[in-house]
Amino acid sequence: MKENIEKIKDPIISTRNLSIAYDKGNYAVKQVSVDIKKNSVTAIMGPSGCGKSTFLRAINRMHELYENIETEGEVFLNGKDISKMQVIKLRRMAGMVFQRPNPFPTMSIYDNVIAGYKLNGIHIKKKEKDEIVERSLLDVSLWDEVKDSLFKKGTFLSGGQQQRLCIARALAFNPKVILLDEPTSAIDPVATSKIEDLLVKLKKNYTILMVTHNMSQAARISDYSLFMYLGELVEYGKTKNMFTNPKDRRTEEYLTGKFG
Amino acid sequence: MNSDKITKIVLLSASLIILLVSGGMVFSLVKGAIPTFHAFGLNFIISNQWDPSQGKEAYGALPFIAGTIMTSVTALLICLPLSFSTSLFLGEYFKDKKIARVIRLMVDLLAGIPSIVYGLWGFYVLRPLLIDLGLPNQGFGVFTASLILAIMIIPYATSLSNEIITMVPNDLKEAAYSLGATRYEVIFNVIIPSARSGIIAGYILAFGRALGETMAVTMLIGNANVIPTGFFDTGNTMASVIANQFGEADGLKLSSLIAIALLLFLITGIINAIGKLIIKKMA
Repeated sequence: MKENIEKIKDPIISTRNLSIAYDKGNYAVKQVSVDIKKNSVTAIMGPSGCGKSTFLRAINRMHELYENIETEGEVFLNGKDISKMQVIKLRRMAGMVFQRPNPFPTMSIYDNVIAGYKLNGIHIKKKEKDEIVERSLLDVSLWDEVKDSLFKKGTFLSGGQQQRLCIARALAFNPKVILLDEPTSAIDPVATSKIEDLLVKLKKNYTILMVTHNMSQAARISDYSLFMYLGELVEYGKTKNMFTNPKDRRTEEYLTGKFG
Repeated sequence: MNSDKITKIVLLSASLIILLVSGGMVFSLVKGAIPTFHAFGLNFIISNQWDPSQGKEAYGALPFIAGTIMTSVTALLICLPLSFSTSLFLGEYFKDKKIARVIRLMVDLLAGIPSIVYGLWGFYVLRPLLIDLGLPNQGFGVFTASLILAIMIIPYATSLSNEIITMVPNDLKEAAYSLGATRYEVIFNVIIPSARSGIIAGYILAFGRALGETMAVTMLIGNANVIPTGFFDTGNTMASVIANQFGEADGLKLSSLIAIALLLFLITGIINAIGKLIIKKMA
């Protein structure tokens, strides 16, 4: 590994020479090898088009939904090669939160939280469902706001609440990792800071891997930062170190606003 | 006068003309139907008599209302599984594939074929086929008419529900996939529920079209002025009886045909209103 890339002991996620191409030979992610620390918040930064979302989406094998996307290299989750895992199990271990809040419009708040169980046709007892819903909503600090309207449609909530509902939905399966793809880019500042606080709180039980185009957000809440540029992993290390003393010229230029 | 004013006047008069035309249409239908309702009252709707013999003229719309409902509902039932599967095939399973483009083109082509061509094809190709299969009445009847109607409404139902299915945000599908849902689960638990009202709207539109469809049905239903006793029996729909008999009708008979037209107008209006209500409730 390159010297700008921090080595992590007992990583929860590891990638080895991960490359992803949208068309044959046209790589959006190039040979990325990185280890992600357990129970931390790791931010993936970089200018738009640098491959950060593409990288994130490789971890729960979302690229398989699209035939033309080709993935090379390996990704390990909890030490296991994800390409050899059942995709359903993998996606339950690695919950995903998207750029725009996307609760299921036909489902109530309650059903949205347990949507994973409903979609997969997993039958659990009412009591167990209630517990999952309460725990997940408590985890995202949404319980007090919605406990009296659990059976209203999730789309009646504000944008920030909807996004927290989507995080709760990802937490319902008790995943190891939560993958967030610019989760606050469509949300107002107050709601954003709530979600940031939430993510810091959640790292106690989960590993948070988050794409962000917002440097100050990465500086505020992440423990580790990953800087990508033109599909390459340029630098990876403790956020504090990277922001005060970037090792690569490109990282420095990005952080000082020379491009991006 | 400035151009703003001119635009306003032009737009306003165009809209008023539309209002005038539809108002005038209702007015003349009502006016033309008055003698019939004067002679038979509301019994006209529930009577199954259709007897033009001089001196004992008696007219009732029930045979045609029954024929219309029987053919339209049967056509919808035949159309439903075919168009629904096709729209899923086009809108989701093979969305970006070449074959989907080809099929979509064919579906659009089907929608553009004039009714008389369907009728002719039904008369000379479909009907002999059905006779060979043992259908009575020279292959004429409710079933044959429904079959051709179904083929005619498939493109409408298909292209509308396909459009709605394609419009379900990718965000939602990805959210479901990210929760470990399989494609089947995404289709039945996310795509169809989200597209539900649009899909229903498509079928209501198709049903409305089936109710009023005239030419092809007239050529195939057998034109018997009685309530069909079975699916292979001959009959008449509200539209086909008008098409068949308006040429030689006068007096009370003409008034009765106009009354049937008025009823058809009302029924399609009600069907559309119900459809819109359902959509409003589900949205």
